[in-house]
Amino acid sequence: MSYAVAQVAAILATALFIFSLYWMNDPKTARHSVVAGVTGMLVAVLATWFQPEIVHHGWIVLAIAAGFAVGVPLSLVPLTAVPQRTALSHAFGGLAAGLVGTAEYFLGLTEHPAQLTAFRTSAIVAEVILGFLTFTGSLMAAGKLQEVKWIPQRPVTYPGQNVVNIGVLAIAVALGVLVVLHPTAPWSGQAFYAIVGLAVLFGVLLIIPIGGADMPTVISILNSYAGLSAVAMGFVLNNKLLVTAGALDGSSGLILSIIMCRAMNRSFTNVLFGAFGTVQKTTAVGEQKAWKQETVEGAAQLLEQASLVVIIPGYGMAVAQAQHKVRELYDQLTKRGITVKFAIHPVAGRMPGHMNVLLAEANIPYTALVEMEEINPDMPQCDVALVIGANDVVNPAARYVKGSPIYGMPIIDADKARTVLAIKRSKKPGFAGIDNELYVQDNTWMLFGDAKAVIGDLVRQLAGGGGLH
Amino acid sequence: MIDPSMVAQAAAPDHAAVDYWSMLFVFVLATFIGLGVIRRVSRLLYTPLMSLTNAISAIAVVGSIAVTGADYPRVIRILGGIALFASMTNIVSGFLITNRMLKMFKKQ
Repeated sequence: MSYAVAQVAAILATALFIFSLYWMNDPKTARHSVVAGVTGMLVAVLATWFQPEIVHHGWIVLAIAAGFAVGVPLSLVPLTAVPQRTALSHAFGGLAAGLVGTAEYFLGLTEHPAQLTAFRTSAIVAEVILGFLTFTGSLMAAGKLQEVKWIPQRPVTYPGQNVVNIGVLAIAVALGVLVVLHPTAPWSGQAFYAIVGLAVLFGVLLIIPIGGADMPTVISILNSYAGLSAVAMGFVLNNKLLVTAGALDGSSGLILSIIMCRAMNRSFTNVLFGAFGTVQKTTAVGEQKAWKQETVEGAAQLLEQASLVVIIPGYGMAVAQAQHKVRELYDQLTKRGITVKFAIHPVAGRMPGHMNVLLAEANIPYTALVEMEEINPDMPQCDVALVIGANDVVNPAARYVKGSPIYGMPIIDADKARTVLAIKRSKKPGFAGIDNELYVQDNTWMLFGDAKAVIGDLVRQLAGGGGLH
Repeated sequence: MIDPSMVAQAAAPDHAAVDYWSMLFVFVLATFIGLGVIRRVSRLLYTPLMSLTNAISAIAVVGSIAVTGADYPRVIRILGGIALFASMTNIVSGFLITNRMLKMFKKQ
């Protein structure tokens, strides 16, 4: 009876999860997604909890309460911190899988050796490797995104790095094979600990050489790993619901990784083993041109005279928390009958969809947010392209500088606009350390300063006219 | 030569009788459904999609409950309890923040 209840609950929960993801295809239906997801989860939890073999309820209540205590504050972080929170939750997902795998192995070792069949032990090993590497890898990624002091922001590389990384993983897998072949040998427990240790180490090593611009891809890959570790747990526990839900998560991470890689014209292996941002040594071609700086008054005038303004936001907008000021600027311009569009590059920011969420937070209608491929044909008609803290995604070098790490990456054609206004925090080059010739083009004018402050000045200028100063 | 899986079947019918092939089958089909559904997700919603799938993959909660609540040795249950805490955190924060983000898109 209880078996049938569990099976029906699993089928119901799977269906609800599929609907939940399906409704994400349109912002209008998207909020049903959460309702369906929560219902599915509730059904799954209750059906498991009321199985007869669950006898210790106190611990469950305690752990659930602790989960709420930490989960609620984590859901209230500012939206600029969403990439870190996401990475952190991948870490929690990996940890859960790793710990359950470890528990199941030692349970088998000490109490039911016969349960450690080759297939089940393989699943346990896969679960533990995936789980623990996701755990430390995601913690590192979260640390880099949060700019924790003792985690280097810049990619750290050393000679033979890939050999070391692949070596560590290979040893873990080899030990895994040994444990599968001899699950209950006297040394198997130690070998298992070694696998855990190596997976923990591999997660750290994997993320050390990765820099900020690659974070959208890396977060997506870790998302996929977190899903796959849940799948492995499903195989271990003979639970189809874990397999289906994990597979949905895994495929979501996979699709997002592919989209992110494509948006950077790079392959998976290149992202994971390519150490972006350190190879760039080529100096600027030809003579060094100088920036031309524009005043706030001049910039406001340029904007006022435009009929189509395309705003290109990047990570700099997130860092400066400038999205609300951008909204005010949007209001000032649309009030004058100027068409304002936002050009969103798939990898702008630190995670997929990062810019969209920030702009939506500032109440900018999502119909004004336009994808790169759709906006590019309109760029020659654009009067002013306003670049806010974006750099590599508008760098024309991606089109023809062969040695550049961003060569071949599709970009937003800001340089084709009649005039370019670029707001930049400092005169330093962008993340990848590449010079951006967009900034020294004849039709480009720079506004140096914190994005929030500069846009605030622009808004004041447009609202009050020059006389107020 | 004794086939280890036969021994396992005799000793522990619960786990060894599992039809792993049908599990693999389910995995492959679920992956295809996932790929089909996710490909249609609006590009505006990739960030909430990721927090939603975080919450959904915290279905590991089911395994954690099974390990924490069953009559197992204390050490094993402690591991399960930590896993349960971690998954529960993901469920709560994942769904709440997804809802928070989606609300912003719905207003318009």
